Amino acid sequence: MTTPAILAEGLEKRFGDLMAVDGISFVVEEGEVFGFLGPNGAGKTSTMRMIACVSPTTAGRLEVFGMPVEERPREIKALIGVVSQENNLDPDLSVYENLTVFARFFEIDRAEAARRAEELIEFFGLAEKRDTVIEALSGGMKRRLTLARALINRPRLVILDEPTTGLDPQARALIWERLRALRARGSTILLSTHYLEEAERFCDRLVIMDGGRILVEGRPAEIVSSRMGRAVIETPDDPAVIDCLEREGVAFERFGDLVHVTTDTPDALVQRLVAACNPSRLSVRNATLEDVFLRLTGRGFKE
Amino acid sequence: MIENISPRVRHVWGRNFLVFLRTWKVSFLPPIFDSLFFLLALGYGLGQFVQDIGGVEYARFVAPAIVAIGVMNSSYYETTFGSFVRMYYQKTFDALIATPVTIEEVIVGEILWGATKAVIYTVLVLPILVLFGVASLPSSLLLVPLALLGGLLFGAIGLCFTAWTPSIDTLNYPTFLFITPMMVLSGTFFPLESLPLPLQYFAYAVLPLAHITSLARALTLPTAAPLALVSIVWLAVATLLVMLLAIRTMKRRLVV
Repeated sequence: MTTPAILAEGLEKRFGDLMAVDGISFVVEEGEVFGFLGPNGAGKTSTMRMIACVSPTTAGRLEVFGMPVEERPREIKALIGVVSQENNLDPDLSVYENLTVFARFFEIDRAEAARRAEELIEFFGLAEKRDTVIEALSGGMKRRLTLARALINRPRLVILDEPTTGLDPQARALIWERLRALRARGSTILLSTHYLEEAERFCDRLVIMDGGRILVEGRPAEIVSSRMGRAVIETPDDPAVIDCLEREGVAFERFGDLVHVTTDTPDALVQRLVAACNPSRLSVRNATLEDVFLRLTGRGFKE
Repeated sequence: MIENISPRVRHVWGRNFLVFLRTWKVSFLPPIFDSLFFLLALGYGLGQFVQDIGGVEYARFVAPAIVAIGVMNSSYYETTFGSFVRMYYQKTFDALIATPVTIEEVIVGEILWGATKAVIYTVLVLPILVLFGVASLPSSLLLVPLALLGGLLFGAIGLCFTAWTPSIDTLNYPTFLFITPMMVLSGTFFPLESLPLPLQYFAYAVLPLAHITSLARALTLPTAAPLALVSIVWLAVATLLVMLLAIRTMKRRLVV
């Protein structure tokens, strides 16, 4: 059996009275794209920071490439690339210098650092901005550069904490496109994101977390089919329809002004509901990860 | 703690040095001009009304103090306001510790950089003092290693305050409660001997600037300094202790 990229068992992180990560276990194999989903405060960032060896674990076992994080942080950090949520590029330096200065922290010699920097500038479409100081870059370019910087040490594991948050659709699409290229090279990728549709398409496996715990784990399609069924039928929330659904014994959920009925046999159920309840409007769509996410983590406001 | 410090410290230092090369015009000319104005205003302006101090012309008396204060300011401001901006606003430390660089190396690198600023300052200001005839050669050249030692100490002191401060504004407290009184009570603008005896003891017991000023004065005049060795040992021990304290308190703040 090969050593997994990440192995967590009963992993905990506590901040004073707050249990940020509450005994989670998971395994990420090499070459996998593994996603962390969950509302803010779910424990995603805390988990990623422990894996990146910048935040000590409170309890449990955590190994990266078979190395315990408490014992061999320097070796682990040499093998990973991190894109944190906050922009932490050097504002006074140019695009090129941001990359070459970072290379030194990995003890990459100057000639090699220069070669990799040029290569990454090309790969991330930053050639025109090579000598531009960071402050003059757009949000999307800064993100791409942060990603480029995380790859300067040719990491075996890339950790991305919300790599596309706050970007416009074009910039986001560009980041995902580059991440797909990275995945195609066989890099192990760990990411958290709030864009569920993108996570559904991009991740081999993912977990949905809330309150420091893992609520569900698996392949996106399997999670959706096992938790939601194939399709979601939506009708407006009016009392007559609710009465009818209760009479018919059909399970439903009310979300704002809509009623959701999930099913594996949408055609038959639609016919039945149209005949029995005669709703003013009714639509059928595929169940998505977002449906699962909202069902599991609730629809209330989260900080 | 100590085992986490390797030569990778030089990369933290190197990063700061590179940024300095980009911004030196704004970050370095001011302290040089400060010193020049102090020398002109105090040494030659005020100096006209001051009798010589123990046979020393006032400009020559105050010149080494101006260097000592410059050493203090260059390193202290670098590791307080400078480090705080890197730590809090630019998140530079977060980026660094995601690499094989350890948090201890970041902290030591910052202190070394603070000391470097003190050395650069001294190297730039020394020729001016020599030109004005208020610092004698070759003994004044030893101001450079003195600046390194004093810079390490004030760099470490500054970083302790950075570890403590909740915001950039509260860094003003250590500045006006500690740095400013020290600037005037360390035998800088008037001899310590003119203070009441208890204050003299107090100055030598707890004010690093008193030791740096007295050593600097012994070098620029130059004059015999019977207590020079005591001052050097005092500074070395204090530097070591405060550096350890800086590492401890910064780790408590940054490792969460």
